[in-house]
Amino acid sequence: MDSNIIIKLNKVNFYYGQSRALTDITMNFRKNKVSALIGPSGCGKSTLLRLLNRMNDLIDGTKVEGEILFEDMNIYSKDVDPVEIRRKVGMVFQKPNPFPKTIYNNISYGPKLTSMNTDDLDALVEQSLKQAVLWDEVKDILNKSAMNLSGGQQQRLCIARALAMKPDILLMDEPTSALDPISTAKIEELIEELKKNYTIIIVTHNMQQAARISDETAFFYLGNLVEYNKTEKIFTNPDVKHTEDYITGRFG
Amino acid sequence: MEEKRHTSSHYEMELQEIKDGLIYIGALTEKAIQMALQSLTERNSDIAHKVIKDDDEIDKMDTELEERCIKILALRQPTAIDLRFITTAIKITGHLERIGDMAVNIAEKAIQLNEEPKLKPYIDLPRMADLVGEMIKKSLDSFINNDLNMAEEVRRTEEITDDLNEQIFRELLTFMMEDSQTIHRSLMIMQVSKNLERIADHAKGIADMVTYMVTGECVRHQTCALDKKEPA
Repeated sequence: MDSNIIIKLNKVNFYYGQSRALTDITMNFRKNKVSALIGPSGCGKSTLLRLLNRMNDLIDGTKVEGEILFEDMNIYSKDVDPVEIRRKVGMVFQKPNPFPKTIYNNISYGPKLTSMNTDDLDALVEQSLKQAVLWDEVKDILNKSAMNLSGGQQQRLCIARALAMKPDILLMDEPTSALDPISTAKIEELIEELKKNYTIIIVTHNMQQAARISDETAFFYLGNLVEYNKTEKIFTNPDVKHTEDYITGRFG
Repeated sequence: MEEKRHTSSHYEMELQEIKDGLIYIGALTEKAIQMALQSLTERNSDIAHKVIKDDDEIDKMDTELEERCIKILALRQPTAIDLRFITTAIKITGHLERIGDMAVNIAEKAIQLNEEPKLKPYIDLPRMADLVGEMIKKSLDSFINNDLNMAEEVRRTEEITDDLNEQIFRELLTFMMEDSQTIHRSLMIMQVSKNLERIADHAKGIADMVTYMVTGECVRHQTCALDKKEPA
């Protein structure tokens, strides 16, 4: 596999029971890039995101066909441990979901549960919070409940919590849709910073957000990948008329 | 291919208003050129004064349209074809405003020429004025209808106006060489011709922007080379 590619999907089909949610998806995600998945509700973008760290395994009656290679390893092989995949491919959700614990324990919880080397938890907590640009705001209240933080701070805490597991990829499912514009701007700036060290794949309904922060954008419709191109191309002169109709609001 | 309508009918209406505004300014500039030439051929300076006065309306419309485009950029955050449409509209209104200024230049020269004896019958200048008027109309039609063929036709006509300008220049040069009394009038007629030739350049500029709007590719300069599609 090309060393710039971290995830490769090859003819992926996905079913919820009898219903096919994704059809023949073939695409590559590049290392240290931000890729945005856009499309109307029900188009399969969140389903695809959850396929990448085997979150869909948790739903009964689902079936995956095709290959999803993470650095040459088919993550759906029988011998692959989904927990290990989820460690390497972290996820941040739409609504901030901190544990009802202290800020410190939110970060240290995952590393302690797994077999990670946790000799210096304090350093790991500090490093993760710094990477999520939250350290300065919480360094004096690490033993306070995370539930007291603002929505934007909670979301950055969730990002820090994901980073503490030292993933290669961060999946983000509409990470700012529940946040105010200032918190959104902070998360977007953070994403710009994080892509130096991580690959980020983000689902967003906010077209301008996709345009602002992503390097590549994929447009999905009814479970099909309609167009996958450089973000600049998608938002100035897309190749497919269907993409243009969607991003310009000529839809439905 | 006909564009689908926006989900937002207000947005659709705002874009339509931009189109209507450009057609209106286009019609004003066409009329200004025609009247400026009429003033010259009929030796009627009243018409020229009207051209100069009416340019205020073109300037006012230019400012108003530009403001509308900026408002759409700020509030609607257009993308793809809409983004190219708005950026093209901003450029086109600039071209039309300059065309209006050139019609004023011609009108000013007409006033001066009308005060002196007629140098020669005006044959090529009205022909050139008709051509550039047609170019403006076609360039705007190509914009409204996303018509690449018509934009190409405008580009071809621009070459004819270049030739006509050179022909007029050569002819006036002989007048000046034969009789130094004609130098002042010849130079003014040359400026009229040069202004018409510049108007043709602006019409070509509009046609080039239409090509960009429709295809996303820059054709304004030979060095233009926008990024070609690279696989992601």
